[in-house]
Amino acid sequence: MAYEMIVLTNMLIAILFAQSLNLITGFCGQVSLGHAAFLGIGAYTSAMLTKAGWPLAATFIPAMVIAGMIGMIVGAASLRVRHDFLAITTMGVSFLFTGIIRKQDMLGGEMGIAGIPAAYGGRVGLLLMTLCLTILFIIIMIYVKRSWMGYVFESIAEDEDTAGVLGIDVRRFKLFAFVLGTAGAGLAGALYAHQVRFIGPDSFGFVESVTVLSMVIVGGIGSIWGVTIAAALLSVMPQFFQVIDDYKLLVYGMLLFFAMRFMPDGLGGLAKRFRQNRNPDSSSERSQA
Amino acid sequence: MLAIDILIQGFIQGSIYALIALGLTLVYGLLRILHVAHASLFTLGGYLGVLITNATGSLFLALILAMITVGFVGMLSYRILYRPLLSQPPLIALIASIGIFIASEEIFRIIFGPFSISYVSAPLQNQIEILPGISMSEARIMVVVLAFVLLLGVNWLSRRTRLGIATRATVIDPDMAMSSGVNVDVIRYSIFFIGSAFAAAAGVMVSLLNNLVEPTMGAVPSYKALAIIVLGGLGSVRGALIASLLLGIIETFGTIYLDDLLDRDSIAFAFLILVLMIRPKGIFSKG
Repeated sequence: MAYEMIVLTNMLIAILFAQSLNLITGFCGQVSLGHAAFLGIGAYTSAMLTKAGWPLAATFIPAMVIAGMIGMIVGAASLRVRHDFLAITTMGVSFLFTGIIRKQDMLGGEMGIAGIPAAYGGRVGLLLMTLCLTILFIIIMIYVKRSWMGYVFESIAEDEDTAGVLGIDVRRFKLFAFVLGTAGAGLAGALYAHQVRFIGPDSFGFVESVTVLSMVIVGGIGSIWGVTIAAALLSVMPQFFQVIDDYKLLVYGMLLFFAMRFMPDGLGGLAKRFRQNRNPDSSSERSQA
Repeated sequence: MLAIDILIQGFIQGSIYALIALGLTLVYGLLRILHVAHASLFTLGGYLGVLITNATGSLFLALILAMITVGFVGMLSYRILYRPLLSQPPLIALIASIGIFIASEEIFRIIFGPFSISYVSAPLQNQIEILPGISMSEARIMVVVLAFVLLLGVNWLSRRTRLGIATRATVIDPDMAMSSGVNVDVIRYSIFFIGSAFAAAAGVMVSLLNNLVEPTMGAVPSYKALAIIVLGGLGSVRGALIASLLLGIIETFGTIYLDDLLDRDSIAFAFLILVLMIRPKGIFSKG
């Protein structure tokens, strides 16, 4: 039972993490190749605090606040660059984060932080806590998507110049998406740190950033259910592939390639096309960013 | 003396970056795609260089064969990877490219084994005194010379040949070039051939400097070369070359003076972010 619980908790954390990026990349159209850095910021913050004797639940707020604050700085910097430049800048953030962590003895340097205390209630407690927080985050996402803010994000994702002309304060909303998304990643990081109980710079590298971005894209940019399913599948996939563990990255890389090649608008887009084929009248076409 | 030593070291590093970044920046100029899988071709070049040299004993032959083979693999990568995705947003091609790159590291590991491979007898290791008190191995001199020869060659190609003129026209306006009778697809295949061959040359050079090749040798250059072409102002060949040399030198100084603060790879990206904050479209962009 313990094994299934670990897999399930991992899956829920992945969903939370992917949704937090979905807010930035999916809703608001801002590509981030450095999202794992914010998972890392949350994980380190939370791990340091629980090692100092705080209960896990009390570290959620600091983890989110610090990740969100740094997210605001990165977001403010990202306002200056667009498209490919933005992708590369955020990639730089990812490398900068691991580079700084490696050299900080206070944060364990290369060795990372070991012996992170278990959550209250052990595995079951952590699983329940993760489940509640993930569901809560998804509800917030649905709310944001349906609110007027969701429409504002969508207009920015589609054409930010036109959105600006219409009187939308593009910078403010982009920044807000960054803060909310990175705070979500910080929360996921706090949970992650107490799930694996050992973190190091390599847990939050560029590959992790690509992994989470691929969850969002395979799920279908901006689609809440698509991204949830994609994150669930892609996070448990390595467990099913234990037999071919040696070829894990090969399978993973090819999967990314074939997903992009044959369903570039992701699971969400696939579902939409299916619905439209069955019911051609309700073709509420929403273009993907 | 130390400063000059570091400067030369940075210059060599910069020459290698230039060879890798050239192919990337050409591909970006033509297709507006960030070609991450370029680094797989770099690794393939390194492996071919070591294996062919070990089999035949001739580094020169290995270099030529590696460049030609990898050039063709590069054309193949355009055919199967990018050509079907041209109508999609660039992000789709980027993710597909990252996927291929991740898979390729695994393929190298499966084919060539997880451990590094070295030259049986490493060629060009004699030290030559280039300035009083400063000596360099022949391999290092060769890196700089080769980089300059290849880059001058590309410069000639782009200014004096029909292919070069057609390429420049396609970069500026693909539709206009097509209606003037340029076969855009041929241009793209040729650019992939040239860019990939250069990446292979860089791979052989790095294998020579380190005297080993390993499946993950492409990881760092792939991302750093992206940083370089962004620094140079995406798609600008001259910008990319200057940025390569600049980054090589800054990094080498940085690893010595900033070692307590940042590791080598993050110095490059710290510099990148700093520059982008001041000039959001790269150092050499217009306006």
